[in-house]
Amino acid sequence: MISQKLEKVLSKVQKPARYSGGEYNQIIKDKQNVNVRVAFCFPDTYEIGMSNLGLKILYGALNNIDDVWCERVFAPWTDMEHEMRENAIPLYGLESYDSIRDFDIVAFTIGYELSYTNVLNMLDLAGIPLRSADREEDGPLVIAGGACSYNPEPMAEFIDLFVVGEGEDVVVELVDTFKSTDSKKAFLEAASELHGVYVPSLYDQGITYVKKRIVEDLDSAYFPVDSIIPSTSIVHDRSVLELFRGCIRGCKFCMAGYTGNPVRSRSPDLLTKQGIAAISNSGYDELALLSLSTSDYKHLSELCDGLLEWCEPRKVNLSLPSLRADNFSIELMERVQKVRKSGLTFAPEAGSQRLRDYINKNIKEDDLINACRVAFEGGWNSVKLYFMLGLPTETDEDVTAIADLAHTVLQTWRDFTNNKKRGVRITVSTSCFIPKPHTPFQREAQIPIDEYSRRVELLRSSIRAKSITYNWHSPQQGYIEAALSRGDRQLGNVVEAVWKMGARMDSWSDHFSYEKWIAAFDECSTDAEHYASRKRGVDEKLPWEFIQI
Amino acid sequence: MRYSKTGRAKYISHLDLTATLQRALLRAGIKLKYSEGFNPHPYISVALPLSVGVESICELVDVAIMGESLPDVKAIKLPDGIIITDIYFPSRKINEIKWLEISVKLYYDREVDSELASNIMSVLTQDSIVITKRTKRGTKDIDIIPHIRDVNVECNDCILLSAKISAQEPTLNAVDLLNALCDDFKPLHTDVKRIELYDAKMVKFE
Repeated sequence: MISQKLEKVLSKVQKPARYSGGEYNQIIKDKQNVNVRVAFCFPDTYEIGMSNLGLKILYGALNNIDDVWCERVFAPWTDMEHEMRENAIPLYGLESYDSIRDFDIVAFTIGYELSYTNVLNMLDLAGIPLRSADREEDGPLVIAGGACSYNPEPMAEFIDLFVVGEGEDVVVELVDTFKSTDSKKAFLEAASELHGVYVPSLYDQGITYVKKRIVEDLDSAYFPVDSIIPSTSIVHDRSVLELFRGCIRGCKFCMAGYTGNPVRSRSPDLLTKQGIAAISNSGYDELALLSLSTSDYKHLSELCDGLLEWCEPRKVNLSLPSLRADNFSIELMERVQKVRKSGLTFAPEAGSQRLRDYINKNIKEDDLINACRVAFEGGWNSVKLYFMLGLPTETDEDVTAIADLAHTVLQTWRDFTNNKKRGVRITVSTSCFIPKPHTPFQREAQIPIDEYSRRVELLRSSIRAKSITYNWHSPQQGYIEAALSRGDRQLGNVVEAVWKMGARMDSWSDHFSYEKWIAAFDECSTDAEHYASRKRGVDEKLPWEFIQI
Repeated sequence: MRYSKTGRAKYISHLDLTATLQRALLRAGIKLKYSEGFNPHPYISVALPLSVGVESICELVDVAIMGESLPDVKAIKLPDGIIITDIYFPSRKINEIKWLEISVKLYYDREVDSELASNIMSVLTQDSIVITKRTKRGTKDIDIIPHIRDVNVECNDCILLSAKISAQEPTLNAVDLLNALCDDFKPLHTDVKRIELYDAKMVKFE
């Protein structure tokens, strides 16, 4: 039941449907028959978390166990946080409105370093002590998984147990272990034996390595086709299919490309069945075909034909994010997007062929331009191009080559569009390169903020056409992300210090405070530069070395 | 379709509700009529938009469907708090709705008594109450008294106010009534619920 106190608060905050639950397909269980209660915590807003495939998979996998009830918890926006603290409303599960402090397991999925402060804030809002060492026997276990587990050390003081790798099998094993042990200590010791589990408190007791967990066979793995349908709009209002995991490409900057391997695919027959079921059960008008590089799915053409036959008469659109810029992909795009045309997005990552070759992003300029030509001829009039600035070996020529490439795309539109009057929109976006653990660039230095800003300015002044828009990511956010990505256990102090200074929602540029982060590094007598902008020698021991991918 | 929207569902906004209904109808296998054009969309039109946080047991939505037969109510599965109470082919136009019966619970940070109730009653039964309403073309002063009828105020655990207010031309809502109260009578918190729709002759609109 919703309390009157909460009702009062919900009448005051923005977008209360984020906090009220009750969506179609949410799982409600009778507490009498439940032995393990899990709070699945996503350390960002409802709109982002509810779009996350990992959450859908683990929510379904856990609730498939009869005596386990898994509920959802998201980070409250700052107005809601203020009201919760003011009115002493502890963080609650959206399904039951019960305080998660009384749950058995509090599980975070952490996919982005800049959400670390939200993790601490959510623990605090729940009334759970932040540090594992300060938590009592009767409080919930705090566990975490997601991409950030590939370097768990910065959060190691706060999390009792990390799942490294793919979670759908391990969470079930963890719940079994929880049921069969009678103390936290016994649970952690038993759980640390499971493949893909890291228990930081046992690290000093002779852990030499932790091997990531993967699901061997995707065809027999659980996949949700009856997910919760939010009653308020979220980032991606659509059903999704996961074509395969892993990536055959090996771009040198991409952590997912290394940690996600080996490549494992689902069969097209199964995917077609899952797609039809997901759309029938959801009522969505869009089905997205997800993977790290969808063009590399062997049966893509066959799969699209099968799905189109069912989708087209029902006005359901197929969307193919992460396509490679080649003719095959664009022709496919033209074939599938008959209902509605979405925008086209390509990620060449670097402007010059030399740098693209160096980072192993083996996409040729001719392919990209041909793809754009086919798209413009087919009626598209908007293209987004994603790049990184600050890649190792990048020179000013590489930077201005981004502008040249954008101008070539514009010229291609002029030469081949059949509707000049409608105009064209070309968007160039740059993020700053962040060296990530487990990649060939894991020992590289990030360029300093000033240098990134200089390159942004160089690129900005090289773009002369009005129909090309240039956006760039905040270098300050990229700098802190770089420091945290390759951090060690000491950085936990910095995360706690900056949270105490009021840092929240750091992934939102209007909430991110660079000054607070720098002050927190100072307070902990360390500096971000040491982590972000320093090249590691080949002999230096890396904090994430014990994680085997 | 006639439906109620109470409990958790009162936090679903008007815009989100249209999408929520569309998905529920498609899940139920109901074939919707779509507009022609570049971005086809179905015809789903919710009458008298409901504010976020307000409950209702008398909502109406018009949906254009293919075919001659009415869909089965039981096949349509909705979020917690939205319940379809009736499906029928409409015989009347939405603009024939004139009066909306509302029920409001007023909560205060102090004990409530019958004196407060009668004070509120006398405010809402004056000869004239002029309020400033924001419209699409800027602000406008209007006298709301001709657009309120059958006011009743009782005292229970909280103050219970019921009234019929003009639903269209002009559109009044519970907030307009509450704004007419002087500061002393202003509640800390309210629960508003729509109860019934009537036409100009006070005949239930169905």
